[in-house]
Amino acid sequence: MPGLAGQSSHRTFGSLALIAVIVGVVAGAFAYTAGWLSPDRLTPTKIVDSLAPATGPALGHRRNHAKGICFTGTFESNGNGAELSRAQVFSRGQYPVLGRFNLATPDPEAQDATVRVRGMGLQISAKDGEQWRAALIDPPFFPVATPVAFYELLEASHNKDPDAMKAFVGKHPEFAAFVEWAQSAPWTASYAEDPYNSLDSFVFIDNSGGEHVVRWSLLPEAEIVPVTNADFAKLGPDHLEQEITDRVSKAPQRWTMAVTVADPGDPTADPSKAWPSGRRTVEVGTLVVQKIEAERDGPCRDINFDPTILPKGIEVSDDPFPAARSSAYAKSYDLRTSEVKYYPHQQQTATGAQP
Amino acid sequence: MNSAGMRFTVLQRLLHWLMAVCILAMLFIGVGMVSTVMPKYVVLLATHKTLGIAILVLALVRLGVRARYGSPPLPADLPVPMKLAARLSHYALYAIMIGMPLIGWAMMSAGAYPVVLYGSIHLPAILPRSASLHALLWNAHFYLAFAFFALILLHLAAALFHALIRRDGVFESMAPVPSHDETAPVE
Repeated sequence: MPGLAGQSSHRTFGSLALIAVIVGVVAGAFAYTAGWLSPDRLTPTKIVDSLAPATGPALGHRRNHAKGICFTGTFESNGNGAELSRAQVFSRGQYPVLGRFNLATPDPEAQDATVRVRGMGLQISAKDGEQWRAALIDPPFFPVATPVAFYELLEASHNKDPDAMKAFVGKHPEFAAFVEWAQSAPWTASYAEDPYNSLDSFVFIDNSGGEHVVRWSLLPEAEIVPVTNADFAKLGPDHLEQEITDRVSKAPQRWTMAVTVADPGDPTADPSKAWPSGRRTVEVGTLVVQKIEAERDGPCRDINFDPTILPKGIEVSDDPFPAARSSAYAKSYDLRTSEVKYYPHQQQTATGAQP
Repeated sequence: MNSAGMRFTVLQRLLHWLMAVCILAMLFIGVGMVSTVMPKYVVLLATHKTLGIAILVLALVRLGVRARYGSPPLPADLPVPMKLAARLSHYALYAIMIGMPLIGWAMMSAGAYPVVLYGSIHLPAILPRSASLHALLWNAHFYLAFAFFALILLHLAAALFHALIRRDGVFESMAPVPSHDETAPVE
């Protein structure tokens, strides 16, 4: 019956078309979700790529804060933080710490005096298995207000057009305050003399479920001896790592952890804006750095100091940076762990031998 | 059509459709989270870990149920290459449903990340810390995810092919509710 056969093949064709459409829609939704149809989406890959110098990234190393040195020690909690957060690390006691002093540069061989911003990666472990990781820096506020602005800053700084930076500053006036800080703040000749600030806000949750939006800082107990950049440069390209190794071998170095609680209306979502002075501040304990180890084969090398790895009792706030940093840090970590074979070559270069 | 022996058991169908939703969500969350720096990244990552372990548990339960209750036979007139493709693709689906969560868990362990699920459930590390193992497992997790998605598209296309073109009862054997054809008297 040719009529029926024709009808049947017509129906088959329609069914095949329907199957193709259904499969195509699912595949298309997947492609959209993956960002393949959205070239303008700010991805962790874009941020990580834009951190690289013109000569390309230092393979095997962190894509930013690439120069650093490991430390271990203890967080001595005095118990005062327990009223703000139920995290076990705020119960009076001692908690093991792993960390990393570092310079905010994508170049692991950068000369110390060429890098304005210094940082600290920190991991405090509690007995209940909870971990608190953080990545702090020494300026009193962040250069820009949003992750998109941070990407635009990186892009503008790589741009050969001299007007690119002017255009960026025009669009992001908050950056002027950072430039002012960078030009006027005194330098120090030691990691031990620098403060390290969370800058981002987090939410502390207390035992009764009450929420407190906070920022926190590690304030050095060492005497701060300001130096000019020129005098600091004379101390040598790797002075900071030599100095901290030497200093800690003579005596443990200490920082007070100070938690600042926001008042209602404070700019909790914008780390480029310092909170007004006079906010309630609680000293919750002391970081004691007891041992320094080279990054190579040191305990901090393969740790991602992701600021969203938080214990029960601490959560992210409306500040958009911790999520963006977590995403970009993961990308950097995935890249550098796949480049392990390149890492020692960089180290040999640092000690004089050519790879 | 007698339902006994021709359809998967209610438990099997329930597990299939529950896992279908979980796995599709999982794959979309996976590609979505690695392409964003927005605040939702933190939530997506936590969901990805929790859902991944849920899928691992469901897949193991399902494997046990399958061993106990078996599956309806494929139509006798199904061409041999299609029978082979059906069998192999199902082995692959089971392997990947169980393998992907384990690879993800092992990858987090090798990367020295704490593995924390919703409800502050801590899972132990299942591998020692190792950058090179992390890289190996990351690559496996990444490429297998796309293989998994391709396999699911193939599975979907084959199911629809059975439902719309061959109309041989294969789709109905796993359909969430009995279809009209099936409830109608066949005599």
